Amino acid sequence: MNIILCVKQVPDVTEADIRIKKDGKDIEKEDLEMVINEWDNYAVEEAVRIKEKYGGKITVITLGDEESEDVLRRALAMGADEAIRIDEEGFEGSDPRGIALGLYHVIKDLPFDLILTGAQSADMGWAQVGVLLAGMLNIPYATLAVQIEIKDKKVIVKRELESNTFENVELPIPSLITIQSGINEPRYVSVLGIRRVRKLKIEEKFLDDLEIPPDKVGEKGSIIESMKLMPPPEGKGAEIIEGSIEEVCERLAQIIKEKGGL
Amino acid sequence: MILVLAEHRRGELRDVTFEMLSLAERISKESPMEIASLLLGGERGFIDKLKDFCDRIIFVDSPELKNYSPEPYLEAIKKAIDATSPKLIMISHSSFGMDLAPFLSEKLSLPLITDCVDVSLKEGRLATLRQIYGGKIFSEIRLKPYERYLVTVRPGTFEPEIREKRSASVMEIPFQAGTYKRRFLEYIEEKIEDIDISSADIIVSIGRGIGKPENIPIVQEFADEIGAVLACSRPVADKGWLPKSRQVGISGKTVKPKIYLALGISGSFQHQVGMKNSKTIIAVNKDPKAPIFNIAHYGVVADMFQVIPVLKEKLKK
Ligand SMILES: Cc1cc2nc3c(=O)[nH]c(=O)nc-3n(C[C@H](O)[C@H](O)[C@H](O)COP(=O)(O)OP(=O)(O)OC[C@H]3O[C@@H](n4cnc5c(N)ncnc54)[C@H](O)[C@@H]3O)c2cc1C
Ligand SMILES: Nc1ncnc2c1ncn2[C@@H]1O[C@H](COP(=O)(O)O)[C@@H](O)[C@H]1O
Repeated sequence: MNIILCVKQVPDVTEADIRIKKDGKDIEKEDLEMVINEWDNYAVEEAVRIKEKYGGKITVITLGDEESEDVLRRALAMGADEAIRIDEEGFEGSDPRGIALGLYHVIKDLPFDLILTGAQSADMGWAQVGVLLAGMLNIPYATLAVQIEIKDKKVIVKRELESNTFENVELPIPSLITIQSGINEPRYVSVLGIRRVRKLKIEEKFLDDLEIPPDKVGEKGSIIESMKLMPPPEGKGAEIIEGSIEEVCERLAQIIKEKGGL
Repeated sequence: MILVLAEHRRGELRDVTFEMLSLAERISKESPMEIASLLLGGERGFIDKLKDFCDRIIFVDSPELKNYSPEPYLEAIKKAIDATSPKLIMISHSSFGMDLAPFLSEKLSLPLITDCVDVSLKEGRLATLRQIYGGKIFSEIRLKPYERYLVTVRPGTFEPEIREKRSASVMEIPFQAGTYKRRFLEYIEEKIEDIDISSADIIVSIGRGIGKPENIPIVQEFADEIGAVLACSRPVADKGWLPKSRQVGISGKTVKPKIYLALGISGSFQHQVGMKNSKTIIAVNKDPKAPIFNIAHYGVVADMFQVIPVLKEKLKK
């Protein structure tokens, strides 16, 4: 079972005070920690588990800047065999299709049985790249997988729907699957583990190598004319209870007693 | 024309269909346009339910369309587009639309913006509003000019109501099924072996801010003390720290307790869908910018582990 795995590096913003750049097109990323996209971490683990069961090779790919090598090394430490980085230059400002196109032009020449991607990226949340890639490669796919079972050259994918409901669908091989969080428990990656793979070579690809017309990617190739980032509009919002912990809890207790009928 | 793809599953039209039709009505106020519902498979009875909400219903019926699968849906939608030439096509950003929309976009060369919380058309150009970085930032997008646009609309964003009653005419398009590579097998509903959180009056809900499973007993004891039920956001269930049946949100449970106390939950839309109708929402979060504060009634910007022991004492009295 040869697997191609697409992973992306994203800034961790959970507790960060995000600042928007002056041109309104992006956020300031200097002070933010870069991490593997949560969904992609589950995809790496799933790929490694499939390899452990059925054998084969895992090739992990990212499209990003030099720093994004970190997510490739992390995947290698978890059990991936080879890594490819497509350099971001020329792809800046791409829409999801531009990104998928970059990945497509590398993947189309590789042998594979399965492609795994995350269900969505935590930063932009498009939830598009995996399915677009399947469309370009002309292979069947299924999204939001919470269980994958391989049987006689077929894959049964349990897809998560809404309200605690799921569906099973059957795919042939080769096919592409996008991974939902919670499908497995990703293994722990130690600093030592990453150090162990630091010498593994990461193959690099550049836009010029890929036979993609440059006007198909980046801002030129994007369907988006302009994108303006802004803080959330001031809504009603919560009444923020201020004071010392004592005072805050006093008030909270009152509210809970009153509204909860305690 | 605005073409809204009706979403249905297991014999039921889903609410988001009407939410999209209400958004379509608003768009058509600014740029006058017919509103059509596209019903693929599903039951004839759905036609009556949709009639008041649109000017046209395009119905494509075939056993292959009863349960969603991307390949037959692509063929049927292509036919509907050829027959009606819509300016804008709307699909829900649900497990259905997330699966289908990028496929349509690729195969039919339709420019697509996913997960929109607002959509407008001005002089034939699409503009949308999205939330990025977990809802902490909004992004206003204007698209380049195209003949036709595709959007997916975030569920639970628009009221499923319209101002003007319409009366749709019905157009049926024949469909000849082909052979497809992906096959729908069955629906599965997970049994609840744990307690049912949707009937609780007071819910104490923990998110990734709980940090580690060893911290859960602190909150469990607090919940027990005040007679509350312990629930969680997705990452806590994903990690197996609490059973999946305790998960609140779009893919978990919908709850409407008297009090929903959210501890260390950022408030992603997938979580909000499941709890925003709670009578009183109280959020405790270290981050003053956490989106949960936009829908909470009361907020405390603090470390939950400083708040809980003191609050527990206060409620004991
Ligand atoms: C198709 C799909 C379906 C989904 N369905 C669901 C669903 O049903 N339910 C759901 O919840 N999610 C769902 N999600 C996931 C959702 O997108 C978010 O990833 C998730 O809700 C985030 O959970 P969280 O708020 O606990 O974690 P985070 O977003 O990581 O937030 C943690 C918060 O804790 C705060 N914090 C940290 N430490 C402390 C402390 N000591 N004291 C106080 N605050 C602290 C931080 O400031 C932060 O705001 C779904 C996603 C997808 C793609
Ligand atoms: N730059 C990228 N490099 C590699 N994979 C990517 C990239 N962007 C997105 N993906 C993959 O596509 C999935 C969905 O991303 P998105 O469509 O951006 O929400 C991610 O979880 C990744 O697996």
